[in-house]
Amino acid sequence: MNTLGVARLVAAKDLRIEWRSRVVTNQVLPFAALVMVMFAFALDSTSALTRVAPGLVWLATMFSLLVLVQRAFSVETADGALDALQIAGVHPGGIFLGKALALAAQLAILETVLLGAAVVLYQTKVQAGGVVLLVVTFVAATCGLAFVGTLYGGLAAGAKGRETLLPLLMLPVVAPVLIGATRATEAALGTNDATPGEGWPWIGLLALFAVVFGAGGTLAFGSLIDE
Amino acid sequence: MEPVVHLTDVVAVVGGFPVLAGASLVVAQGEIVLLQGPNGAGKTSLLRLCAGLLPVERGTALVLGQDLAVDRTAVRRHVGLLGHANGLYADLTVRDNIRFWGATVGATAAETTGAMERLGLAARLADVKVARLSAGQRRRTALACLVARRASLWLLDEPHAGLDAAGRDELDATLREAAAAGATVMVASHELERAGNLATRVVEVVGGQIRRVA
Repeated sequence: MNTLGVARLVAAKDLRIEWRSRVVTNQVLPFAALVMVMFAFALDSTSALTRVAPGLVWLATMFSLLVLVQRAFSVETADGALDALQIAGVHPGGIFLGKALALAAQLAILETVLLGAAVVLYQTKVQAGGVVLLVVTFVAATCGLAFVGTLYGGLAAGAKGRETLLPLLMLPVVAPVLIGATRATEAALGTNDATPGEGWPWIGLLALFAVVFGAGGTLAFGSLIDE
Repeated sequence: MEPVVHLTDVVAVVGGFPVLAGASLVVAQGEIVLLQGPNGAGKTSLLRLCAGLLPVERGTALVLGQDLAVDRTAVRRHVGLLGHANGLYADLTVRDNIRFWGATVGATAAETTGAMERLGLAARLADVKVARLSAGQRRRTALACLVARRASLWLLDEPHAGLDAAGRDELDATLREAAAAGATVMVASHELERAGNLATRVVEVVGGQIRRVA
């Protein structure tokens, strides 16, 4: 089976697992919404919340990403399925792409809900002129986060104390995505008088990040999960 | 005919500890070989090495014609390993699991169904989540995944564990059938009487070496 075939197979399997277990809808989405509500309680000022809303959306995304990645690899390690995948002889790059694809699909749903929560809770307004930039920002950032999440999830999968190791390894690496996505989202939403034109340079950073980690992960994943 | 497994003075090290310390073994196609020995003797490591999961530190390890010292990934797609873990996804149904593992080698829907029927899973358990199965039923599901994968070399670590009498009989019959069809089977087990009756040859593993071949 070729790499893309493996990727499709693994992504379909991961999404079916989520469909049957409903962990994302019953646990991760409520967790993310709760984080947004807690931010609102902590800042307690509509003007401040509107000003920092893009950053809060992406912070809540990062926290939820950790839960999603832990979940994506706990289903592989719980009964030795990751070992079995290696023995199946399928291309490890395909496993990486498949898991990243499934993670990206879940992240896309999560980010949509978080943006909706920002509109409702923080009175954030989506402007017509910034919609294209907003969509491109979410696509580029989602790809980058999915690739990094899968790469570091695979790295931590076989390690002792992986639950605490994963945030330590991953959060510093995704800092550029947090910064780039926040600035681009601010520009798309017109936060702090920013204009959509100011957001496009950040898209370059997000795209570069996604390409580097996508290519690196596809090449390195086999060595990472091997003994 | 070229042996399926041909190990010569193989040394494998895990975490600085030599789990195999000069193991030599030849297994021909169609054999069912029982690996027996005390806990920690190296039986599981021997199976994992043959599956291409352990690196060869020294010696020569040829499995299905592949030199594991050169490339231990090429052999994997032809090998089925059932270890202490079953390699199943708890949130998927029995059918989903068997279909997924079969699909990794391009198994058809008919082959997947055939594997379920062979292990007595098709009628009542096919659409039950693995999380709701007993330990024995999970073991049978894992075996059905191996059948669907059409492996040439079956490596089984304590395969009878958790199975009831009927499940053990089904397992033995499945392994005999696989061997008769040309597959080679290596079984590590402490259940010497049952596994001994199944095996065509018994090998004793002690201290990471093959001590006795009966």
